[in-house]
Amino acid sequence: MNRTGLLNKLWEFQNKFGYISESAIAQIAQKLNVSKIEIEGVVSFYHFFHKQPTGKYIIYLNNSIVSEFKGFQQIKAAFEKETGCTFGCSDVNQLFSLFETSCIGLSDQEPAALINFYPFTNLTPEKVKTIIQQLKNGNSLGFISSNPTSKIQYIPADDKTIFFRKYDMGISLKKLKNHTPDAILNLISAVKLEGCGGAFFPTAKKWKSCKESKSAKKYIICNADEGEPGTFKDKSLLNNLPGLMLEGMIVAAYVSGATNGFIYLRAEYKYLLDKIENTLREFQENNLLGNDILGIPKFNFNIQIQLGAGAYVCGEESALIESLEGKRGEARIKKYFPTEYGYLGYSTIVNNVETFAKAARIIELGTPFISTIGTNESKGTKVLSISGDVAKPGIYEIEWGMTVKELLHLCQATSPYFVQISGPSGICINNTEFDRKICKEDLICGGSIMVFNNFRSITKILENYTKFFKEESCGVCTPCRAGNQILHEKIKKIKKGICTAQDLEEIKEWGQIIKLTSRCGLGQFSANTLVMALDKFEGYFNQKIIKANENLNVEFDMEAAVYNYDSLIKDTQAP
Amino acid sequence: MKTSSFKIDGRVCTAEKGLNLIEAAKQNGVFIPTLCHFKYLNPLGTCRVCTVKLNGKAVAGCTIHVADDMDLEVNTTELLDSRKAILEMMFVEGNHFCPSCEKSGDCQMQNLGYETGIKYTRFPHLFIDRITDARPKRIVVNQNRCIKCKRCIEEVKTFDGYKVFNSINKGSETMVSVDYEQESKLSELQAAHAMQICPTGSILVKGKSFSKPFGDRQFDAVIEEKIMSLNPVKKHRGHVKKKIVATTSLAGCFGCHMSMLDIDLGIIDLFEVIEFNKSPITDIKNFSKHCDIGLVEGGCCNTHNIEVLREFRKNCDILISVGECAIWGGLPAMRNTFPLEECLKESYLDSMTSEENETIIPNHEDIPKILNNVYANHEIVKIDHHIPGCPPDANHIWNVVKNILFQEEYSIAHPKYKYD
Repeated sequence: MNRTGLLNKLWEFQNKFGYISESAIAQIAQKLNVSKIEIEGVVSFYHFFHKQPTGKYIIYLNNSIVSEFKGFQQIKAAFEKETGCTFGCSDVNQLFSLFETSCIGLSDQEPAALINFYPFTNLTPEKVKTIIQQLKNGNSLGFISSNPTSKIQYIPADDKTIFFRKYDMGISLKKLKNHTPDAILNLISAVKLEGCGGAFFPTAKKWKSCKESKSAKKYIICNADEGEPGTFKDKSLLNNLPGLMLEGMIVAAYVSGATNGFIYLRAEYKYLLDKIENTLREFQENNLLGNDILGIPKFNFNIQIQLGAGAYVCGEESALIESLEGKRGEARIKKYFPTEYGYLGYSTIVNNVETFAKAARIIELGTPFISTIGTNESKGTKVLSISGDVAKPGIYEIEWGMTVKELLHLCQATSPYFVQISGPSGICINNTEFDRKICKEDLICGGSIMVFNNFRSITKILENYTKFFKEESCGVCTPCRAGNQILHEKIKKIKKGICTAQDLEEIKEWGQIIKLTSRCGLGQFSANTLVMALDKFEGYFNQKIIKANENLNVEFDMEAAVYNYDSLIKDTQAP
Repeated sequence: MKTSSFKIDGRVCTAEKGLNLIEAAKQNGVFIPTLCHFKYLNPLGTCRVCTVKLNGKAVAGCTIHVADDMDLEVNTTELLDSRKAILEMMFVEGNHFCPSCEKSGDCQMQNLGYETGIKYTRFPHLFIDRITDARPKRIVVNQNRCIKCKRCIEEVKTFDGYKVFNSINKGSETMVSVDYEQESKLSELQAAHAMQICPTGSILVKGKSFSKPFGDRQFDAVIEEKIMSLNPVKKHRGHVKKKIVATTSLAGCFGCHMSMLDIDLGIIDLFEVIEFNKSPITDIKNFSKHCDIGLVEGGCCNTHNIEVLREFRKNCDILISVGECAIWGGLPAMRNTFPLEECLKESYLDSMTSEENETIIPNHEDIPKILNNVYANHEIVKIDHHIPGCPPDANHIWNVVKNILFQEEYSIAHPKYKYD
């Protein structure tokens, strides 16, 4: 066993015993010749690994903002009532353990939970009661779980669809023979393919850098760890078109000369594992993976799947690589690109599921076709996951350049007010901006769109986001780790109704500091929405703030400050 | 050796190509503060204090290796302020009680606080309960003081190459933990090394921490002028109307007042230009006049403190927090990491001296209520100035007051800063 196999080893223990015990940690540490604290550091980093015994059924209830608005609190209470245990603990019979978790990629079917990684969607208190009863009766999880498939609500008309069209295995790979690696780079740069995970880094540039690298080994990594709350578009691609994604990876391998590939699949999508493994097997059987692929001499490429273990930050490419290496998923310092120094120090291409799928379609459909779709800077289509206050949540494949208004019309949004583009680390827009176009020239979108109507509390939305970042920061750099805790304190102040105009100014200033000094994208964008919302929903916040007494200048919640003392006296001393 | 030529804040500098920017800047006379950087290590880039701009983009300075034509910004207003802000974040995230810290005076973080001129933190203190772990054989790890810089994780290893420290958990729960088994293998020298490389007082060697006497502290410069010169005060005599000053001690120890009195006979001269109103010095209990300046020692731990403080705000044009307690709670705020209930039970119900069945938590309409936390004064009312120190030096206090009252130039130099 070597270090790179650590995550799998830990999963073995977690699955077998329900937790990773001290002795298990000692055993692994001894095998790897490292100190125990190193293994413990890894175990405690991922929230699906437990150091305390868990029940037979581990229930993870999603606490993302969409879930919160769709009844998270009631469902939470229902689970506690039915199982007889509280969140964060297990019940006395060691049958159930309850935990909250961040977005599990089922935002279109909230409230949703994972029970031993089987999905349960559209939960109601009654449904929870039935589920728990069935589990107590010993029904099998596979039998009673929900179908997590997200509905594809829309694809472009007039044969402009790129992703969700007919797919035959090997359709793009068969064209590889006629192209040199350079020709393929030209194709994908001609249609300006950029990373669809949200960073929009030019794919051709990345692949070229890996191709030109003198690295002894090269790796292709598919980032299937979409953890941005409200995003589930990669899930629909993995579910509907796993082969297309594999083809993209194989194309990347062909271009760069990589011989090994990984799919870093988030544990929340464990139910897709069989499907992807089957597709991999089919590919191997058809000589699309393995040695001398498609008869091209020395074109050898193999893919293996690595299951994540619950860490949002592992969607950041360098953190993902660290995680693959069996370490804590901490973002690396931005000194090298992964194509210069990646997995185990070798040149590595990391791309998102959608990017690989799109690359395969570009080879298959050709650049003239793709170029006619979309805008000048964003060519082709984009897969979006839409959730929130809309009648038709689900997957939308839209042509780049569609306006927000058209999109809101398509998904039948009811009095949309606050629209979150690209998840909490993206941007928010108000109703004056609904004419903006979704494309690189105007409003870029990584794949998540959450729509909130004017009955929703903006403070609640922002509090949920900040709490999310506070918990999901990797904890390495000061501004992200401490800064998000501090911002959370400010939001508490808004909630309490003792927030002044100066507090809002400070949020903006502090957000700017966090943005400037954080180590990776997580921190840099963590305060984005919060700061932006203060300006875009000025009217809302103006109502929230109070004018402090000019002389005192600071608002102080005296009642809250003496509450503890008063209640202690009341509890301990008879009147 | 190849040299590179690059620009720092517009000035052309040269250094060996590939040299770490922190070192390269130092060679060119530019100081870039940092806490995690340690020249024998690979850059960690964790503390972010050294954030600079490279060709317009913000990067941690310790992760830059100088090359030709780099255009670096180091000391712009924005960067200086963010540097200060990050340090302030560290102060509020942990529980840094300098007066009770063994490393005070030898602490790199404290020194940087002085260097960047932190008088108070713009952020609210978080007061999270953290453990002090004395279980290791040779060392004590105090989580209250840890800034998670990772120096110890990278640098402290046993002879056979095992890590002794590592981060555990993530997000706001992240902390640096010790491997007891490996720690017990450390030699005395290795343990001392761990203590040395820690930029704060988080790692201490058992039995060693107090061996260095107070006063012999590497980051404390000697303050030259011991007694305030009186001439500057005298010159105001008769020229201007006497200024009125009020002072009070809230949740403090009167130490700051003692320090004020340390100007000795100077106070007689002071009386010629200022007049005290409500103050323990005059024993005037209530404001009889509107005051020019109010000096407040101590933070707010009960409702009475808040009343007094609000009264001071109303009656004083300029309000100054004097000393650590007034600025952020100080030592009384040590209780902020515990629930109030525990504190009160410990002192009134379960204490060694409390008599059985006779115990009660004091409670009467005439006595003030205890607040759930000790609050900094600026959380209650607007505070115009802060004078750090525990207590601040007498000269420091009076120089600030003088400066404000008579609009004289006075800048607080680095050696005058004290958090303990």
